[in-house]
Formats: sequence, structure tokens, C-alpha cells
Amino acid sequence: MLLAIENLTIRYPSRFGDFTAVDDASLHLDRGEVLGIVGESGAGKSTIGNAIMGLLQAPGKMVGGSIIFDGQRLDLLSKKELISLRGKKVGMIFQDPMTSLNPLETIEAQLLETVLLHSDLSKADAKLRALELLSEVGISAPAERIKQFPHEFSGGMRQRVVIALVLAGNPDLIIADEPTTALDVSIQATILKLIRTLCHHKNVGVILVTHDMAVIAETTDRVAVMHRGKIVETDNTKSLIASPKHAYTKALISAVPPSNRRIDRFTHVDFAKDRHDRKSIDLKSHWVGKEVYEPAAEKELLKVQNLTKVFNARSSIFSPKRESTLAVDNVTFSILDGETYGIVGESGSGKSTIARLISGIHKPTDGSVLFDGLDLLNGIKSVQDKKKKRKIQMIFQDPYSSLNGRMRVEQIISEPLLLGGFEGSKAELQQLVYDLLFLVELESGAASKYPHAFSGGQRQRISIARALASRPKFLICDEPTSALDVSIQAQILNLLRDLQQRLNLTYLFISHDLPVMRQVCDRIAVMKNGSLVEECPAEEIFTSPQHSYTKDLIRLMPKFER
Amino acid sequence: MELSLFQYLIRRALQSGVVLLVTGLIAFSMFRFVGDPVENMMGQERTDADIELLREKLGLNDPFFIQYWNFLADAAQGDLGISFRQGRPVVEVLIERLPATIELASVSAFLAIIVGITLGVYVAIKPFGWITNTVLTVSLIGVSLPTFLIGIMLIYLFAVELSWLPSFGRGETVQIGWWSTGLLTVSGIKAIILPAVTLGLYQMTMIMRLVRSEMSEVLNSDFIRFARSRGLPEQKINFRHALKNTLVPVITVTGLQLGSIIAFAIITETVFQWPGLGLLFIDSVQFVDIPIMASYLMFISLMFVSINLIVDILYVMIDPRLRIGEAS
Amino acid sequence: MAIGSFVIASSLILFAIAAPFISPYTPYDPATLNLMNGFSAPLAPNAFTGDVFIFGSDDQGRDILSTILFGMRISLFVGFSAVFLAMILGVALGLVAAMAGGVIDAIIMRVADIQLSFPSILIAMLIYGIAKGITPPEMRNEVAIWVLILSIGLSDWVQFARVVRGSAMVELQKEYVEAAKLIGVNRVAIAFRHIFPNVVPSVLVIATISLALAIISEATLSFLGVGAPPTQPSLGTLIRIGQGFLFSGEWWIIFFPSLALLLLALSVNLLGDWLRNTLNPNVGIK
Repeated sequence: MLLAIENLTIRYPSRFGDFTAVDDASLHLDRGEVLGIVGESGAGKSTIGNAIMGLLQAPGKMVGGSIIFDGQRLDLLSKKELISLRGKKVGMIFQDPMTSLNPLETIEAQLLETVLLHSDLSKADAKLRALELLSEVGISAPAERIKQFPHEFSGGMRQRVVIALVLAGNPDLIIADEPTTALDVSIQATILKLIRTLCHHKNVGVILVTHDMAVIAETTDRVAVMHRGKIVETDNTKSLIASPKHAYTKALISAVPPSNRRIDRFTHVDFAKDRHDRKSIDLKSHWVGKEVYEPAAEKELLKVQNLTKVFNARSSIFSPKRESTLAVDNVTFSILDGETYGIVGESGSGKSTIARLISGIHKPTDGSVLFDGLDLLNGIKSVQDKKKKRKIQMIFQDPYSSLNGRMRVEQIISEPLLLGGFEGSKAELQQLVYDLLFLVELESGAASKYPHAFSGGQRQRISIARALASRPKFLICDEPTSALDVSIQAQILNLLRDLQQRLNLTYLFISHDLPVMRQVCDRIAVMKNGSLVEECPAEEIFTSPQHSYTKDLIRLMPKFER
Repeated sequence: MELSLFQYLIRRALQSGVVLLVTGLIAFSMFRFVGDPVENMMGQERTDADIELLREKLGLNDPFFIQYWNFLADAAQGDLGISFRQGRPVVEVLIERLPATIELASVSAFLAIIVGITLGVYVAIKPFGWITNTVLTVSLIGVSLPTFLIGIMLIYLFAVELSWLPSFGRGETVQIGWWSTGLLTVSGIKAIILPAVTLGLYQMTMIMRLVRSEMSEVLNSDFIRFARSRGLPEQKINFRHALKNTLVPVITVTGLQLGSIIAFAIITETVFQWPGLGLLFIDSVQFVDIPIMASYLMFISLMFVSINLIVDILYVMIDPRLRIGEAS
Repeated sequence: MAIGSFVIASSLILFAIAAPFISPYTPYDPATLNLMNGFSAPLAPNAFTGDVFIFGSDDQGRDILSTILFGMRISLFVGFSAVFLAMILGVALGLVAAMAGGVIDAIIMRVADIQLSFPSILIAMLIYGIAKGITPPEMRNEVAIWVLILSIGLSDWVQFARVVRGSAMVELQKEYVEAAKLIGVNRVAIAFRHIFPNVVPSVLVIATISLALAIISEATLSFLGVGAPPTQPSLGTLIRIGQGFLFSGEWWIIFFPSLALLLLALSVNLLGDWLRNTLNPNVGIK
């Protein structure tokens, strides 16, 4: 038994009372196996990893239980003894590769420092070892790259360097804290494979902390599920996913979008008391629904033709010349009235830029966008045109910056109502705000509060209410659930589906998450480096992809099948 | 396309040139338009004919830009006009006073940097404890006390009560070529201590606070946590990793601050009657001695621009992210 | 600590405002001055007239306590006015720079950079020098205070502009601004209804720091003789006057004004620190 944690309890004292981050948690790990710790945000999973390393963020304190590593009580060691263990026996991979390395030193310098610290090699031998490590983690041309600085490496490469640094001490236990969350899906697959291979070849124990069930399914041998500080279930990964026993595990698994099929609706995660039961409103006669029910003049609601966007920016403070980036390259597609059209791509693919070209935030370099016959780029002149333009609304990715923190919810939602020509008494306006809040499953008391009083999922609901207040026909959803926990994501996706049915909305759904898109979209377009490489009905993307890039994406997508 | 360091420097030098020209313009405008120079230069007994003659001689009837050009050409050659008050060439007066200010500024800067960084690092590494609390309290008072008050207090304590150090002047100076230095005599060194501490105290406090806040931030950053998790000893983390990363932003801000030491010397020189450029400037403001005022302005501008340039070069040399472009 | 400084600061301000009513003597009315009262020690009855001065009297027989009260008045008036001027100018320019972007932004920032190359005290002194050169000698004392306000205010706007511009540019990138545009809010409304309220906290922080600095700058300029004139002395002028008497034994003439200045600056600084700490752990609990 490499690691045995018994009844671990960690508390954070504060002015408002103690917060128990980890509550009576027990788990064990053997050499050569990958144990996953999965849970949503705030579950306490990272805290366990920090506690093992002795790197709890102040003022956190371990108040109960024991951590036994290789026969030794880690929690009873002095600071000096702990420091001597770190790196040599226990290592940790952090989440964000962009900030894990010292920006001022070369990779060589940082590797040498760690290698020399944990071994008796001469400097020359240490240099050789450093090169070996880089090869092991899959960095090509190591002799050249070792002399470079961290900012000359991409995110995925930097994470490999991080892994090399962790391996430099030859530890027996490696804790990987969300190691791929900040990386693109295709890079993620390779890093996870690397971790798994190293674990088995070197016979080290790995604890993989993540919120992503698909990662768990692909990478771990066993898994512990955490909820609010407690470990609610531990099992063999395959068994856990096939037949979960605890209610929370069942709810969690049911909220994960399966990668192998389309389901009708996500069943709710009842533990998250995020939503309020809806009051029933007859939308056909209600103010909110009135304008939306007009059918579009054309079957193709949105027509994008030869859309191109070039950005000019300086690449460094040296060049007075501007470097141009081709963000969107001659893209053409149409969205039909009433459908959900998806655009999927990795970072830098241009998908978000397209959203902003349609909404008008950016002006295209070339091409045209027609909305229900209206030329969005040139034709917005009359009041009628402006009214039509307002039928396009958007929901954004970051729930924390998409609401003005200094405005009350009531103001946030009434602003579009008033601009849309609402003429009525103050009381009627307020009732309308309440109705919109009910529509998105929030209660009327929310109106008088400020955004910071709400959670991420609730803020997204407020964003949706704000968008609905303009009585839109077309809603651009730019990664609306990427920043949310999986159970909240399920609720928001359900809400969006319901609203679409009740209000006859058309969606453009943008995401990097293929399993989510399988659940939500009717047709999907795949983007790579600004170009649209494939477009077809959603299911076909998964069952018979044509383009090689699409095939790669599907192959590398972490699979969670149920 | 990446440009080289050289080309970047050329660009910066050109920008600096623009700043100098603008300053020159302001200085020149002061020369010409504030108060009538001819009025200031002639005595009570003068006829209109005399005035007109002098005007012609001084070129005051020429168009603006010709005058400006002449002014710049003269300045470049070292002719900055004649002091209204002293009747001597401005350049002569400036050179006479320059060493005093430079020495004072240098000693202050040195003190401020050494003490400021040391205390800042200490307070960042050990955020609790009585030494830290004392340092922080004293620094708060240091920021709330005007420099001149500090000077007066120091004079009262060390010169009047304890009689350890002189209360004014430079002490004995030694002449090396055209430079007069006070650092080679005992009385000279004694004389520079109080003014240097007074001048440097504010800067010291600012540097300390800056180093403390930057270093605390760095110590909480991800790469430091990662370094700790690799088992690196605290000493190495503090001094090799954290300090280096702290100094990068500190250098820029400090460099700019230090440039202002030369200007803040005005106050200190007044309190201690230190015969430098600052005291000269104050006198010139009181007597509306425009040539001195304008020339001092240009001198300060030159100093600033040079220091800024040096700081920029240093910054680029130290931070590799600026030298080499980012990866995709 | 914070409450204490708030109390001290507000009481000092109140005293200063009420100066004409509460000061025991009227030090600037020549009719009430009696030269025989000169150099009276604190709390001791004067040898000649028997009048008592709590903080002593100066060479002209003026009551130090009263001069401090009036002096604080000037110091605070100049401080607040200068900061107000700098704030209006800086916030306006900063907002314009952020929202207009392009050439306008570049120009404003260049000017700001150039001005930053010079220490503010120098700029203040230059303005003073120029004003002195332009004004006829009879008027100089009267306009001195306004010149002082102008010089400190004009030398201070840059940090307001920079902070506002930086803050506004951050806000402009946020998604709620995009949402506002989609809803149909026009640019002016976005600037005032959305951006401005989010920029206010940073402005307040800079304002308090600026106030403390302005008070100290004013004291410095007055001490150097290029600030408040002896006819309307601020605390700095009083200290300048008092310096002459320090070594001849009448320590109180410089001591009490210095103490008052220190208390004033310290309490404003503490207030600023507290403000900064409360405004920073802002909204957004993750």
C-alpha cells in the first residue's frame, strides 16, 4: 500500500465560522495504479492533494485523521522533513501550465536545479539526464528546445515540461491536479495518455484530480467521488460508471453528456439547489412570447456568405509593423428557422470570432451576413431595421463578466425592456421582470439583488432572462456552459431546450465540447484555423465523420458512454 | 517580423528626442514670453531707442521659429544665455552647481535602493513579527511626512541637540578638474549624511512598499508553489526565484522614481542650504530669473529622458519575454 | 485603526472649517495684534500683557493655535480643490481616451507620458514661476492660492487619467458591454451607465492617495516660498516662518504646525489605506 488516508478532516477557519473543506475522507492507493478523485467545484478534491504535499493554502489546517505514505505518517513530519520528501518521493502536477514555470529561466536551468537537488550526479551527467527526461515526455529536438524559455513553448508542451520536472526526482507518488483542464481536447488526450503510460511503466502511484467524468473514464483504474468534502463512493472505474450506488454518484453520472448517443433530457442533480420551480405562464399570450411567434420570412433565418476576418496586432513591442491573423477564412453557412446549429472547434479556430461578427461587435473584412433578409453589415438604417437587429441576442461564456456588477438584476433586465419600447406603468414593468425571472427558474426576490449574490449557474440564467427581454428570434450561445459544473450545465441545457420549444427560438450553439453538442444540436459545423472544414447533421459527425480533422477530434474526444 | 534590439533602441531614442524638443519649446517660450527679457535686463534708465537696439541685437524681432532654432542651436553648443540675476553665463553657473546635486542624488539613491530592497524583501518573507510591524509603521509615517519636515527634524536632532553633524553646507570640498567633490574629506562626508537620508527617505519608503507588494504577489504565484512542491529549499525559492521575478517590475518603477530624486533635491537643498542646482532653481523662481529656470528645466528633461532610456534597456535585457516573441 | 483615523481626519476638517468661529484669537486682523505678545511660551501667561496662548505665540504676537486653525483651512482648501481639479480633468480625459481609442487615445497618453517625465513638484513650481512672471506685483499675493491650486491640480491629473483609462479599457472588454450593445444601448449611455460606475472605486482610491499627496505638496511648496503667501499662510508657510526661530529657542512656533501637518497627512493616508482594503475584495465570490 503506497498511500493510505484515513478519516482526513481539513478546516478553514474564517470570520464567518469554520468551513470544512474535507470531511472524514478515506482512500488508499497502490503502486502502478491511477486513482481518480472526481467532484464538482468546491468538493474538496484539490485540498486532499495539497494536504498530502503539505501545501495547504493558509489558513487551512488538518484537524483530524492520518496520511500514511510508504509506512510514514506524513502529517506528523516537521517542515524540514516534508521538504526533503517533496519532489523526491511525492510530486505534483499543477493545473495551469502557463503559470507553472519560472518565466525568467531557461528550461535547462530549471531542470538542472531539480535534478541536482534530488541526485548525486555531476553537472555534466545532470545535463544528460535532463535531455533524457525531455525525450521521455515526448518533446522533440530536446537538445535545442532545452535552451529555450517557457514562453517559447505552447500550453501542451509546457505541461510536458512540468511532467518532466516532476519525474526528475523519481517520485513514488504523483498527484495530478486537473492537469489537462486548461488544454485543448486533442492535447488533453496525449497528456493523459502520457500520464497513464508513465504510471504503469515506472510503477508509481498517481492520483488524478478532475471534475471531468470523461477523463476519469479514460484514464483511471479506480475512482473516488467527492461531494461537499465527503467521499461518497469509491470503486473500480468501470463498475462505478456502469452501476453507481450512491445517490449523488448516480445524479452526477446522469448529468454528464454521453459521447455515444443523444438523450432527450438530462435528469436533474437534486443536490444543487440552484433552481426555483417555474410558475406556469402562457407564453403565447404573454408579452415575452408575442413577438417571437412571428415566423421568419425566409426558411433560412441566418445566411453567412464568404465571411472573412483579419486581425491586425503587434506581435511584440519591437515591431512597429502589424502582424495580421486570419481569424475567419471565407466561411459560408446557413441556419434554418427553429433549428440548433452548432459550431465546434478548438481554441483559435475562429468560432467565437464568428459569433462576434454576426452580433456586430467585430466588423468583417469581407463577406456578408443576412438575417431574415436584412443585410446586417450595411442595411441597418430604419427603426424597423434596428428592431429586427435586436432579434439577435447572445449568451456568453463567462458568467462573471457578462453581468454589470454595479447594477441590480431588476435594472439589468429592465434595460432591454425599456429600449424595446415597453410602454406601461412601473408596476407592469416590474411584473414583467418577475415573469422573466420565473421563466428562467429564478424567484422574484432575485430582482433586488446584485450579481455577486448569485452562483455561476444562476448568473447564466439572469443572462438568459436579459436576452429574452429583447424578445429575440435568434440566440447565439457562445460556450454558455463551459465555465459551469456538470450538474449545473445539465440544468442550463435543459432550460435552453425548454425555452427553444416554448418560444420557437433558433440557436447558434458554439462550443469545444463535442459530447455536449451531440445532445443539443441538429446540425454541426467543424472549424479549424478559421476555415469551416465539415458540416452535416449532428449524429453523422459522430457516426461517420468525413474530414480528417473531424475524425481526429472524434477519436481524441474523451469517451463517456452510457 | 521581429526587429532587433538595436532598432528598438533607435525608436526609443527618437521618442526621447521628441520629448526633449517639446521641453525645449516650453523652455524657449518661457524665455521669450514670460516677462519681457529686455525689461529684465536693462536698468531703470533707458530710452526707447536703447530698447529697440537691444531687441534687434537679441534677434527678438525675428519670426518665432527662427528664434526657436537659434535657441536650440545655441543650447546645443552650450550657450544658454545669461542669468538675469547673476549676470554670468548660465552654463557657467550650472556647471558650478552640478557636482553638489549629483553627489547628493547619487548617495541618496544608493541608500534608498539598498535599504529599500532589503527591507522590502524582509517584510515580504516574514509578514508577521515585531520588526515587520515597526518597519511598516515607520514607512507609513515616512509617507505622511513631507521631506522638508524630516530634514528639519533631523537637523534639530543631530545638529542642534547632539551636535554630531553639521546643519548646513557641504563641508570641505576637493577640486578635481571642473568637478568639486565633498566625498574625499571627513567634513564633506559628515555634511552629506543628513541631506542624503532626508532626500532618500521618501524613495526608500516607496521602494520598500513596492518590493513588498510585488514580492508577496510573486510568492503566492503558481510557479513558486510548483517549485515548493519539487522540494526546493525556502532560501532558494525566496532569493533565486522570487526575488528575480520581483525585481523586473521594481526596476522600471524605481528607475523613474530615482529620476525624480534630482528634482526633489530642490527641497532638501533648501532645508540644508546645500549649494546645488535645486537651491539655484528655487532662487531663480523667486527672482524670476528666466534663463536659469528654463535651462534647469531642460537639464532635468535630459536627465529624465536618459534615465528612462537606460531603464527601458535594462528591462528588455532582463525579461526574456520581451526579447523573444511568444510561441503560438 | 480605521475608525480612529476617520475620527481624527473628520475632526480636523471640522475644526478647520469652523476656524473663524472657534479660534480664540483673530491672528490676521492687524488691529487685534499686540507686538508685546510676541514669543509667548505655550500655556504661560505673557510677561507683559498676561494673555495666555495655548500653543504659544509667534514673533508678531499671533496665537499659534489660531494660526494653525486658519492654516489648516488653507491647507485643506487647497488640497481638496487641487484634487478635485485633477480628478475632473483626469477622469474626463481617461474616459475619452478609453472610449475613443485610436489617435485621440494615443495623443492623450503621449501627453500624459511626457508630463510624467517630470516630477509634479517641478511642474507646480514652473507654473508658479510663469504665473509670477505674468502677474503684476500688486496682485501676486491674491492670486497665489489659485495659482497653487492650479499648479498642484495640473500636475496631478495624469494618475487619474491613467487609472480611469486602464479600468475603463478592462471594463470595455467585458461581456456585459457586448450585451449592452446588442440590446441597443448607445455609446454615451454605455459610458455613463455601465462603464463609469465600475470605474468609480479605483478613482476613489486614487483620490484619497492624491489628497494626502496634495496636502504634502502644498505644504512643501509653501515651505519653499512658492506657495501660500504669508498673508494667507497654510501650515507649510507657518513651518517656514517657524524654522527661523527653531534654533533661538522658540520651538513652539514650528513644532505645533508640524504636528498638525503630520496628523492631517497621516489620518488621510490611513483613511486611504482602509478605503483601498475595503474596496478591493470586491464583488465576485467563486
